[in-house]
Amino acid sequence: MPLVKNGNTATDIFVHVADGAELPGDGAVLVSAARFLADTEALVKRAGKLGVIWPNNRDLDDLVPYLERLAVVALVFPTFRDGRAYSQARLLRERYGYEGELRATGQVLRDQFMFMLRAGFDALEAKKQSDVEAFALTSRRYSVFYQPTGDGRLTALHRRMQQRQSESAG
Amino acid sequence: MYAYDELDRTLLNERVAEFRDQVKRRLSGELTEDEFKMLRLQNGVYLQLHAYMFRVAIPYGTLSSKQLRRLAHIARKYDRGYGHFTTRQNIQYNWIKLAELPDALADLAEVGIHSMQTSGNNTRNVTSDQWAGVVPGEVEDPRIWSEILRQYTTLHPEFSFLPRKFKFAITASAHDRAAIKIHDIGLRLHRNAQGEVGFEVLVGGGLGRTPFIAKTINPFVHGRDLLSYVEAILRVYNRYGRRDNIYKARIKILVHELGSEKFAAEVDKEWRAMGETALTLDDGVIEEIRSRFTYPAYEKLPHMPEELKKAAADPLFERWRRNSVFTHKVQGYAIVTVSLKPVGAPPGDATAEQMDALADLADKYSFGEIRVGHEQNLALPHVPKRDLPALWKALDEIGLATPNVNLVSDIIACPGLDYCSLANARSIPIAQELTRRFANPDTAELIGRLHINISGCINACGHHHVGHIGILGVEKNGEEFYQITIGGRADENAELGMLIGPAVPFGEVADVIEDVVEAYLALRERPDELFVDTVKRLGVQPFKERVYATR
Repeated sequence: MPLVKNGNTATDIFVHVADGAELPGDGAVLVSAARFLADTEALVKRAGKLGVIWPNNRDLDDLVPYLERLAVVALVFPTFRDGRAYSQARLLRERYGYEGELRATGQVLRDQFMFMLRAGFDALEAKKQSDVEAFALTSRRYSVFYQPTGDGRLTALHRRMQQRQSESAG
Repeated sequence: MYAYDELDRTLLNERVAEFRDQVKRRLSGELTEDEFKMLRLQNGVYLQLHAYMFRVAIPYGTLSSKQLRRLAHIARKYDRGYGHFTTRQNIQYNWIKLAELPDALADLAEVGIHSMQTSGNNTRNVTSDQWAGVVPGEVEDPRIWSEILRQYTTLHPEFSFLPRKFKFAITASAHDRAAIKIHDIGLRLHRNAQGEVGFEVLVGGGLGRTPFIAKTINPFVHGRDLLSYVEAILRVYNRYGRRDNIYKARIKILVHELGSEKFAAEVDKEWRAMGETALTLDDGVIEEIRSRFTYPAYEKLPHMPEELKKAAADPLFERWRRNSVFTHKVQGYAIVTVSLKPVGAPPGDATAEQMDALADLADKYSFGEIRVGHEQNLALPHVPKRDLPALWKALDEIGLATPNVNLVSDIIACPGLDYCSLANARSIPIAQELTRRFANPDTAELIGRLHINISGCINACGHHHVGHIGILGVEKNGEEFYQITIGGRADENAELGMLIGPAVPFGEVADVIEDVVEAYLALRERPDELFVDTVKRLGVQPFKERVYATR
């Protein structure tokens, strides 16, 4: 699956290790939540970066204690109509202060890129190559945002208030 | 009126450009219909029986004359010369071509109108009292808060893919004209003991196949916390609302399954966990939105002008005035409801010519402003009383002075099987026949306030559950049958109607309704006991006996 990270096409260095399959001795791996929870100690002690694929119907409580040791959290969009991972993403970034890679996986399509970026995803496993190519255009499509999220973009209300203040100061 | 600024306009134009690109990709085959479906729904485009249907938002029911003319232009240029006003302060066009939609959206964007989130599983058009800002006794203009919510809910990055659609309504009056108790979130603006403005928050109302009246989960949320509290509700719903069954996906089911107290506790927990949040509205931010609402410069006018005294001699004018003219908060002015329910026509339809003419009348008599109500009628909110006789004549000339507001022929109806691919039965012909049966205005006045609501299927777009008389179309062995309920209401005392008896075939509906009304006239205690109050006092049984005795 083509990966867009921080706005650029990137090579995925993480090897997806299936449940039950043997772990490579080193190197970056991505494992399921089930495997992570069954074998947490061994996984976090292992040399090499660790990522976890967290399903969208599971509370984050079991993941939160380990966030500092994770290089990737991959959240899942089973279909693009299922928006639960947007809430998980915002909670991870804004409430639990997760700073590693937050990756969108599953049915990740161009027309949702902007929502994903605003929710805190910085890596998108796009479903279509053509969507990857359209990333630059898509991510610049909007310049005005009505809601505050943790992505740092100023909201329309904020910009209006700033404008007012600078007008009254001038 | 709320005036868009450069930021609002920019966002709208960016949205139009995005949709233009999406349509282009659909037409080229780059997007599958399945992928495109959600995108078009997020822009109010449905695929109906005969063509695409296009639903345009009229946030909190406020329109300028310029905007109404543009709605007429859309009807004329891209559709078949008319539009249909819905029960949620939207207008629908039924014959739009997909390839022309981006141009239609661009035309609308020029006057600050959009169709964002008028369908799809997201937060829909925020609705409010069509008399907001002009009715006496209001806490404050609820449109300020409606606009704050409109902005907050537009293209929300977390809540654009909810389990199901999500509707807000706000009222600031003791008498609820916004039907807040049948919304996913209903907000009642009021003041606490300290005189601060806030909201009673109701959650989980809705009709459809499992109707519920909304429950209060918080008696007072301070105005500054409105958005954070709403975000907490939406987050709980987004995470825990059911996605396994479309019929159980609305928030009303989650509230019902958890119980409203448990649901309220979940919301409270989430809200507290948010802590300090950028969503908190400081006074400056609220002022900023408030400052972009402009109000007419009312004149000092007499309570009873000469023109009105003179016109009182005309019984036809008097009938219309008694029926369609309502008290304004400013002396010498009136609120005029414009009936879109002429005898024999589909409820809520207006032609492009009517819209243009009404826009001119709004310029002349109502400071260029028009309102849209959930009863599928329009209103002119600031008419000097001295102009009422002239306005009446002008409205009559364009077929918009039917004196049946709130009466038996002021029917709410969905488009039904004539247009809708979900419908089981026709709605419009039932409504048309009923308006003919009750065409005599003396009879209608004698009957008094009576709301008939018709839905062509269980999805309940015609709000049949909360009609004083509700009519629901169902299909039985390939034929159209109709279930009839009585005693429903959508106001501050909202109730669901009760079934009166077995479903009846298409051809008998109007007869049955006539019998129900006759039963009421015989059963009511006094002429001013409303139909719905008689049902409340006596229950269904005496109606059932009278109506079904001979069937």
